[in-house]
Amino acid sequence: MSGKSRRDFLKTSAVIGAGVAGLSSSTAKAAPKNILSEDRMGVLVDTTVCVGCRNCEWACKDAHNLPAGNLESYEDRKILETKRRPDIKALTVVNEYSPGKNSNLPLDVKVQCMHCDHPACVSACIVGAFSKEENGTVIWDTDKCIGCRYCMAACPFQVPAFEYNKAINPLIMKCDFCFNRTKEGKLPACVSICPVEALTYGTRTELVKVARERIKRNPGRYVDHILGEHEVGGTAWMYLSSKDFKELDFPKLGTNPAPGVSESIQHGIFAYFVPPVSLYALLGGIMWITKHRKELDQEEKL
Amino acid sequence: MNHEIVNPVPVKHKYFTPGVFIILLIALNGLVFLMGRFFFGLGSVTNLNNQYPWGLWIGVDVAAGVALAAGGFTTAALGHVMHREEYDAVVRPALLTAMLGYTFVAMGVFVDIGRWYFIWHPLIMWNGSSALFEVGICVMIYMTVLYIEFLPVVAERFIGKVKLPGFLSGLNKIVDKVLRLIDSGLSKTMFIFIIAGVVLSTLHQSSLGTLMVIAGPKMHPLWQTPILPLLFLISAISVGFPMVIFESLLASRSLGLKPEMHLLSKLGSMIAPLLGVYLAFKLGDMFIRETFVYLKEVNTASVMFTIELLFGVIIPLRMFLSQKVLKSPVLLFTASALVVFGVLLNRINNFVVAYTPPYSTKSYFPSFGEFSVTIGFVAMLVLAYRFIVLNFPVISLPGKQTAQPTKYTIKGVEK
Repeated sequence: MSGKSRRDFLKTSAVIGAGVAGLSSSTAKAAPKNILSEDRMGVLVDTTVCVGCRNCEWACKDAHNLPAGNLESYEDRKILETKRRPDIKALTVVNEYSPGKNSNLPLDVKVQCMHCDHPACVSACIVGAFSKEENGTVIWDTDKCIGCRYCMAACPFQVPAFEYNKAINPLIMKCDFCFNRTKEGKLPACVSICPVEALTYGTRTELVKVARERIKRNPGRYVDHILGEHEVGGTAWMYLSSKDFKELDFPKLGTNPAPGVSESIQHGIFAYFVPPVSLYALLGGIMWITKHRKELDQEEKL
Repeated sequence: MNHEIVNPVPVKHKYFTPGVFIILLIALNGLVFLMGRFFFGLGSVTNLNNQYPWGLWIGVDVAAGVALAAGGFTTAALGHVMHREEYDAVVRPALLTAMLGYTFVAMGVFVDIGRWYFIWHPLIMWNGSSALFEVGICVMIYMTVLYIEFLPVVAERFIGKVKLPGFLSGLNKIVDKVLRLIDSGLSKTMFIFIIAGVVLSTLHQSSLGTLMVIAGPKMHPLWQTPILPLLFLISAISVGFPMVIFESLLASRSLGLKPEMHLLSKLGSMIAPLLGVYLAFKLGDMFIRETFVYLKEVNTASVMFTIELLFGVIIPLRMFLSQKVLKSPVLLFTASALVVFGVLLNRINNFVVAYTPPYSTKSYFPSFGEFSVTIGFVAMLVLAYRFIVLNFPVISLPGKQTAQPTKYTIKGVEK
């Protein structure tokens, strides 16, 4: 290698280094909105109070412009015999389970997005289409989504649904905590219609207190566990029950936030772009040395 | 210099043979199902659902595709970064397969995502905490780098021979000039792209492993580990040379060329240590997390894990240690094919078999349409590879060396 190209090499490497360094400062800003406000809202679901009337299912569809049918058709309790999951036609569903302790009334469990405090979908989404809003809501932005469905693979509660049978503009569908209603000061549709007050809407901090109080006052009625208080780092929607949550088909989850491990790996590999830039420099060094050595060998031979 | 002079030329062989026609049919079959996907949505062709959002296309076309294209960066590191010029003859074919491999990975992503027309979104909508974002960006940049690395081959083919048809012939001189400009520009700067290619590869090969970490307990403990990115990186590095050997032997067989055994044996001798490191990490991880308990029961997961490790790592590792295997084209091919199979199975296991969603009523098995598209893509890749090696100077013919000084595989790495 001539002296000139060697200088070129160093010069170009320096330019690249500077370029990458510039890039890293701008990525710091490029992150989806992920606010964990002190006053974020939540809902406490008391499965011992819920009667399985499924009015919430109707109200939810009605509020989200999904075909809802008439309210009377929801009185048919046959549907409760099969276990259902939220999907593209219903963002929330109620499932019924056999009675818990000290009761002969069935337990009814409303299922929807839990609105995690540390949402896996927000962390995973390739384009940052999910965001955790100040009021605790996890919402999805149709203008960004590319339909990769990584959110579905990431979600610890397996909630987001996808419109598989739409060729153009398929949507990711999940409960949006009635973001458009709560913005205007209204209650979420399901909370507002619930006839038995099985759903309590309030700040998450307050709801934890309410739930603890209920367990304390009625230790015979509840198991001593607020589902969602600590699971995957806490969720906006929390549940009380009279039997183990495993029997209510909740996945067994630890208390660490779902994105914790993968984010620390990601941020470790990309700590201010130091590892990739160092690797670049190292490889450049090896390239230069091996080339230099080859030249020396040749000169000796000549 | 004591190493052999390398002189890649377009291979003289006819394009169509009965075998090529069969491959063409397989490709067309894939295209038919692809049309279904684009007209009626993913659900019309795939068995995917809300429980199983990712299937064969992500596991094979994307994850395994990226891993099996690792020959590009491993040979580039060997030939250009470490300046082992004796391997130059395999660097250019490996570059071509990597370029085509990544092109088909991109196509795999394109057909799998629900909104293919927004595939460019990650370029301007960033999420630094997403492993998928990292993979996406790195793959896009790396693919560009691969195309740039291949440009000199195109330039070499056409410089002094530009003959545009009809009225375009007036542009011949200008095109020739542009090609010469690109060629000379790249010969001074190619080292930038070569190093970038290696760095980008290590980044996204490992980040592909990070992808499923966030699925947490939804993934079978035999595969779910925080060192997944490391395992993905090491396995990608160890499959690089076997893939080069596999393709080289296949190509020489199909095109009636003499296999470059002297080179391939030397490449093969480097595989055992790499596989050994991979096996050590894989077993170490298993013993530290005590996941061997899951191997006691016989089910899909334990059987797939055992096949992956035994046939994909342990047996080929033993084979590559034997001189007899390194010297015999058939055995070398078998051993390399086993490693390729092992990594392919590992990616399928990680993305499909290990994934057990909490509310699935029946487990996922790919549909006929999904298989058709995946196999169709492989067929298209083979057809494209064949076309390019017959028309561009990619493969170096042994015994055809001339005394002229060579135009090297990748310029900018002057000898």
